[in-house]
Amino acid sequence: MELVDRLLAGDRRACARLITLVENEAPEAQQALKEIHPHTGKAHVIGVTGPPGAGKSSLVDKLTQYYREQGKTVGVIAVDPSSPFTGGALLGDRIRMQERSTDPGVFIRSMGTRGHMGGLALTTKDAIKILDAFGKDIILVETVGTGQDEIDIIRAADTVLVVTMPSLGDDIQAIKAGILEIGDIFVVNKADLDFVDKAVMELEMMLDFNSGKGWRPPVVRTVANMGGGIEELAEAIQAHIEYLKKEGLYEEKRRLKVEMELLEVLNRRVVKEVLEKAKKTNEFDRLVDLILERETDCYSAAETLLQKK
Amino acid sequence: MDTTYIYKLESKVDTVTSMRKIRVLVAKPGLDGHDRGAKVVARALRDAGMEVIYTGLRQTPEQIVETALQEDVDCVGLSILSGAHMTLVPKVIELLKKNQAADMLVAVGGIIPDEDAARLKEMGVRGVFGPGTSTQEIITFIQSHVSA
Repeated sequence: MELVDRLLAGDRRACARLITLVENEAPEAQQALKEIHPHTGKAHVIGVTGPPGAGKSSLVDKLTQYYREQGKTVGVIAVDPSSPFTGGALLGDRIRMQERSTDPGVFIRSMGTRGHMGGLALTTKDAIKILDAFGKDIILVETVGTGQDEIDIIRAADTVLVVTMPSLGDDIQAIKAGILEIGDIFVVNKADLDFVDKAVMELEMMLDFNSGKGWRPPVVRTVANMGGGIEELAEAIQAHIEYLKKEGLYEEKRRLKVEMELLEVLNRRVVKEVLEKAKKTNEFDRLVDLILERETDCYSAAETLLQKK
Repeated sequence: MDTTYIYKLESKVDTVTSMRKIRVLVAKPGLDGHDRGAKVVARALRDAGMEVIYTGLRQTPEQIVETALQEDVDCVGLSILSGAHMTLVPKVIELLKKNQAADMLVAVGGIIPDEDAARLKEMGVRGVFGPGTSTQEIITFIQSHVSA
């Protein structure tokens, strides 16, 4: 594919257009991703997640600046929610990244979730691959503002930062399941506000309750808009990378990700094929009627649909 | 079978066949800090189902064009109330051309005298929208100029 050749040659418009094709789930996208795959797996992917307003975009901006000063190239994918009613979206993460927009070593792309739950768009993982093949050393992926359960990012990133801020809730919030279990590094941003010690302590206590085996996530204080704590955060990220490499977890984690991704692709393919066949014959509607009339049930109907070749 | 129904069904299982969305960059070039209009337009376009990238205030033409390229937008909307449109807009158009992106739809909103609007259109701006324009007018303009 000509676009893929241009991407590999460093053409940023080809990169932008390929992400659009992938986002639109255009027919050409699959072929492009097939050709891109051999050129991926080189970048370190850092996920940044946390509640709205905690400072994810500002942190991404400052981390980008840090890695650029280290001579590394950076790709950024910033995800914001799409409206469940109109499908429209206001993508505003770039506002915090204005100073990076003309740096040729940085490529920033905003994505709407387009109806996908879990904190990322369905196609974010494919967009990461495109930036990876484009040659970016570090890829920062900013999720939508997350609540407690949007944990797609663990399937996309090598290192996950969970960003929080002071005064977001009591100690019970810190021992709940979900997002607080997925952090490789915890960031308490806006550390110049009151009650920062309390927020840090609650996280530390939560982490000390864990099994004690393996990686103990550090808690790092930052003041992202002023650049405070960014170096400490980058050091924590580096320590995590080295830990993953030393323990052989890099490969293990990536294997797990490929397994999940293959399952996902297979899932979608199978469902799509079954639905397309059912669409032609009205079989789907007929079965729904039969289920409503108590003539059959969902399990038997699913078997019927799957057997239709 | 009603096809919209099956599309709804399919979207539940994430297999919508085409997710084409119109992407629009709403940008504030130059030094004026009046972004109420830009925000109202951004919101209206969002409600019309478009993906709107908003850059924030005080952007240089270079920043705007680079953002438009990376975000692969269909339309660049420039909001200018400072009177500097005859300096800033030609720069944006020139940079788009230089980057083989002259096909991007460019629209300008703000306080633009009629004679300037005519000159901007000669340069390649496709729409100029002054005070009193309804948001629907802008939505229709973009939808009709961007091929689906």
